[in-house]
Amino acid sequence: MLSADIEYYRPETIQEAVDLFQILKGENKRPIYYSGGTEILTLGRLELAAAGAFIDIKAIKECLSFGFNQSYLIAGAALSLTSIEEKNLFPLLSATSMGIADHTARNKITLGGNLCGKIFYREAVLPFLLCDSWVVAAGGNGVKPIPIGQIFNQTFQLEEGQFIVQLLTERNYIHLPFVSIKRRQQWETGYPLITVASIKADNGLRFAFSGLCPFPFRSKEMEAELNNIGLPVPERVKRALAQIPGPVLHDVEGSSEYRLFVLENTLNEIILELEGE
Amino acid sequence: MAQSLPQKITVPLEVNGEARQVEIRPADTLLYVLRSHLGLTGAKPGCLNGDCGACSVMVNDTVYKSCIMLAVEVAGSKVTTIEGLKDAPIQEAFIKNFAFQCGYCTPGFIMNCQALLKNHPHPTYEVIKEWLASNICRCTCYEEIEAAVMSVMKGERP
Repeated sequence: MLSADIEYYRPETIQEAVDLFQILKGENKRPIYYSGGTEILTLGRLELAAAGAFIDIKAIKECLSFGFNQSYLIAGAALSLTSIEEKNLFPLLSATSMGIADHTARNKITLGGNLCGKIFYREAVLPFLLCDSWVVAAGGNGVKPIPIGQIFNQTFQLEEGQFIVQLLTERNYIHLPFVSIKRRQQWETGYPLITVASIKADNGLRFAFSGLCPFPFRSKEMEAELNNIGLPVPERVKRALAQIPGPVLHDVEGSSEYRLFVLENTLNEIILELEGE
Repeated sequence: MAQSLPQKITVPLEVNGEARQVEIRPADTLLYVLRSHLGLTGAKPGCLNGDCGACSVMVNDTVYKSCIMLAVEVAGSKVTTIEGLKDAPIQEAFIKNFAFQCGYCTPGFIMNCQALLKNHPHPTYEVIKEWLASNICRCTCYEEIEAAVMSVMKGERP
């Protein structure tokens, strides 16, 4: 339970949600958009996050879309992770999101909530980074699709009052060969050490990472080294490790040395699997 | 239609088949409302952090951890707690298989198993394992709980 009082709103249209944000902000009510809410409630209970008004986006139909149009798979931000797994329209996204939290929690955790969370894992972003997806964001300047490469840099760079409505992924990416590996130090549940997702595209392998640095990422520099087929695989992996774009995490889940050891083996394994096809 | 809600609001809830009107703060979790407003103490407060599953209940046949859900979110929905099961086969299977010791986690486990069997009448072992990983039993009755689910699946009579 949250000790502080909040106001709760459940708009049914995108415009209504955007307008509400502006009105509540004007009244100094510290509004935030709310989807699954699992992180907002757990951090709020510990008074590590404060908001005065929740704008729940789960009644907005665009946020619940999940299906194909002519060119894209449309995935709404308010879809629960289990609904994504059960429909399995995007196997890489299903495989990656199945490792998040636990099954009951994933009934509540939503795609948009995971993407915009404060937790540094945010594994659900990995498939969209690999597939150069588009992010449909709504805010004071309207509803617009933005390439994920432009709006995601460690976190989503949303303007104040903007929220993610949907993610669009080109159909031709959906059934590419992929690998998604989540490694834990022990057991099969709990927070991971690292998660690595990879797809085999026309121009080589693509890789995205979570749990390695304090943010999820895809690195073109690492990919260039990993796709340098003139070198033996272990050498390609060693060179890629030198291009990691941030500090390697060193925490209760594992030391930075152990993470690098696991990453090296995982990358070797993925390359052998995907290049062997 | 969006509406501004005051500090205390009255929301309609259908709990265990009964229509209720409950006056709550929008900040109240479903767990708190069930226990403190409705006297339904079967769902247990454990971690209060969405980790242990002791507070699991069903909302429209989907299982949720009620400590990480606002009561206002489920206005108009059908909520089922352990008190609403009334001698369901999974409850009898827990007794037959000695699937508990201290019993604190049991209501949460049973609600999760009930939802599992409702949504997957014949789950694979992998599905059972994945679902049960949502709940924690400090007395470590996991094998007996698996056996209880399997016995209901096979239609064994207690």
